[in-house]
Amino acid sequence: MNKRTLIGIVLVLLLACALPFAVSEYRNFQFTLVLIYSIALLGLNILTGFNGQISLGHGAFYAIGAYCAAILMEQAGLPYWATIPLAGALCLGAGFLFGLPALRLEGLYLALATFALGVSLPQLLKYHRLEEWTGGVQGIVITKPDAPEFLSGLNLALNQDQWLYFFTLAVAVLMFLLARNLLRGRIGRAMMAIRDNPIAAEAMGINISLVKSLTFGISAMFTGIAGALSAIAVQFVAPDSFNIFLSITFLIGIVIGGLASIPGALYGALFIQFVPNIADEISKAAPWAIFGLFLLGFTYLMPTGIAGAIRLGWVRLTRKAHHKPSRVTTILP
Amino acid sequence: MKCTPIVLAALLAAALASPAALAQKKYDPGASDKEILIGNINPYSGPASAYGTIGRSIAAYFKKVNEEGGVNGRQINMISYDDGYSPPKTVEMARKLVEQDKVLLIFQPLGTPPNSAIHKYMNAKKVPQLFVATGATKWNDPKKFPWTMGWQPNYQTEANIYAQHILQTKPNAKIAVLYQNDDYGKDYLKGLLDGLGDKAKTMVVKQVSYEVTDPTVDSQMAQLQASGADTFFNITTPKFGAQAIRKAWDSGWKPVHYLNNVSASIGTTLKPAGLDKSVGLITTQYLKDQNDKAWANDPAVVEWTAFMKKYYPDGNLIATENFYGWCVAQTMVQVIKQAGNDLTRANVMKQAASLKNFAPSCMLPGIKINTSATDFAPIESVQLVRFDGKDWVRFGDIIGK
Repeated sequence: MNKRTLIGIVLVLLLACALPFAVSEYRNFQFTLVLIYSIALLGLNILTGFNGQISLGHGAFYAIGAYCAAILMEQAGLPYWATIPLAGALCLGAGFLFGLPALRLEGLYLALATFALGVSLPQLLKYHRLEEWTGGVQGIVITKPDAPEFLSGLNLALNQDQWLYFFTLAVAVLMFLLARNLLRGRIGRAMMAIRDNPIAAEAMGINISLVKSLTFGISAMFTGIAGALSAIAVQFVAPDSFNIFLSITFLIGIVIGGLASIPGALYGALFIQFVPNIADEISKAAPWAIFGLFLLGFTYLMPTGIAGAIRLGWVRLTRKAHHKPSRVTTILP
Repeated sequence: MKCTPIVLAALLAAALASPAALAQKKYDPGASDKEILIGNINPYSGPASAYGTIGRSIAAYFKKVNEEGGVNGRQINMISYDDGYSPPKTVEMARKLVEQDKVLLIFQPLGTPPNSAIHKYMNAKKVPQLFVATGATKWNDPKKFPWTMGWQPNYQTEANIYAQHILQTKPNAKIAVLYQNDDYGKDYLKGLLDGLGDKAKTMVVKQVSYEVTDPTVDSQMAQLQASGADTFFNITTPKFGAQAIRKAWDSGWKPVHYLNNVSASIGTTLKPAGLDKSVGLITTQYLKDQNDKAWANDPAVVEWTAFMKKYYPDGNLIATENFYGWCVAQTMVQVIKQAGNDLTRANVMKQAASLKNFAPSCMLPGIKINTSATDFAPIESVQLVRFDGKDWVRFGDIIGK
């Protein structure tokens, strides 16, 4: 990481820390959702962007994470923070197991298989034998956590929304660091090698099936952790919260944000959180038509996603700064 | 209410200077001399978008009220958001309405899961969640949730009324029950069993449930018929309702057949089942049906048709949702009228809980809305109707509270 990127990240983090003190509680809640979505999108991006496996069913892992947190909190009485790693571990296992049969499927066929997962899970959650835990169609109502006591001792009284925002921010930073280290390392290179040329990757000695199912598991883990956080933030889970449209929204998020880009997850999250609301404000009669226009506009103007457009803009800016030398190097053979 | 010295002093002051206190204007967020801002959440998109038209007909009614001078000189402005029937979105939209738009109350959010999602929030924030569009019984819980109120007859009330009718007309009936295995089905079942009281054990000879995922209810119907029952309570959604009606006829069972109001639509349930096979079905109604010829010249239906043409010309005149929206909006206006110049959230709730014999013309004759501090179920009486092969025909008196 060079110095400039580091400064940029520190600035963004400072801004993120100042945000809850500058905006209303409702906006605070929305930005918490943005952070949650960004973790979910990061998970899907690891699978689709970095490993080339398409998933139309990540809403299912999001739901599993959310239900895991809700059931552990309301039935087992666990504190909210303890449910996050457990939801992650459960989804890691679920994702890995789903990844095994999915190995045989490529491209569109995998998309269909994951679609089946996403479309069936909400109905399975209504299954009457599970009702004791899932609450059936009524879902589970969750009590919102308060800021810990010691903070008020430090003269830092946070309200529930602010505390939840910081808690989510901490988890998000941790997950982004984890993703970065993973993707920059041996496993990350293996994932990308499989995406770009599986035969060459295999020839290099990469265990394709292991890496692919592992990627599925890790991806599901990220999304499951996001789901658990969302249950805590929204204070409610029900089968209707996790319909197939959620999975599609995630896919929209990573494509608009930027495939195979870590910061792209954050841009995508901003898009899926705010653009539908903007569309709804522009037209009550056909908000999804307006949303479609936005979608077309973004894909047309930024074919490599928002992350790609920013990267391109940055390169152009810096090139202008070092005007002469770069010109010379490009002309000379 | 906590009896703090301030409250006591305020009460004393109010008692001493009552005329002056009445004239005193009191406002919570969303209310002012000029307007009353209310929020609404409706599924304009998503799986339940067929109900979205309710939000539009409500908006049209407020437009009419405003053109005629508003309520107590104030305009009613409604902000309506789409939640697509997705509970997390409902939470977001409710928070937007309360915290950002600063509405006085949220009126008619639709569906049991979306309302469950904001139930706790609205009560923690002490913002009225009024006349929710769902029939679940849990909205009538003033002790635990003093800021939430339903509107339509709830499932338990309705089933209770069938139980009363059975006890009156056929005290030795042997009852078979088919119900959908979820909260809606169980709500109805509980209402029936409670209504029968001690006799439930002997009278209900068979209860069978089905899953929403079942392809048909044929095997359940065979079990129910084999039980030897002579009365059948059909707690199903339209698709299964139609199957059960057809099977009960085709197998030659022909019991006295009670159908829950959820499936009472002639178009979506009875037609697929076969109108000839539906003759004799009993269900309940509480609103006039604008499509029923019996009401064609009724002043309420004539007024409604004129209203639709002027204020909601794109609206479908056949859709009962539009009639419903018009009707429930009148209840809201009545509450605001009663609140007078004390437009605080607490007083809105107090007035919603003090509706006495309110009977807008959209409801069937004899049905009145009554609420109290301990009774948060506005419509608790219904009219029994029997199907004659063409229409639902009213019979007997209004039953219920």
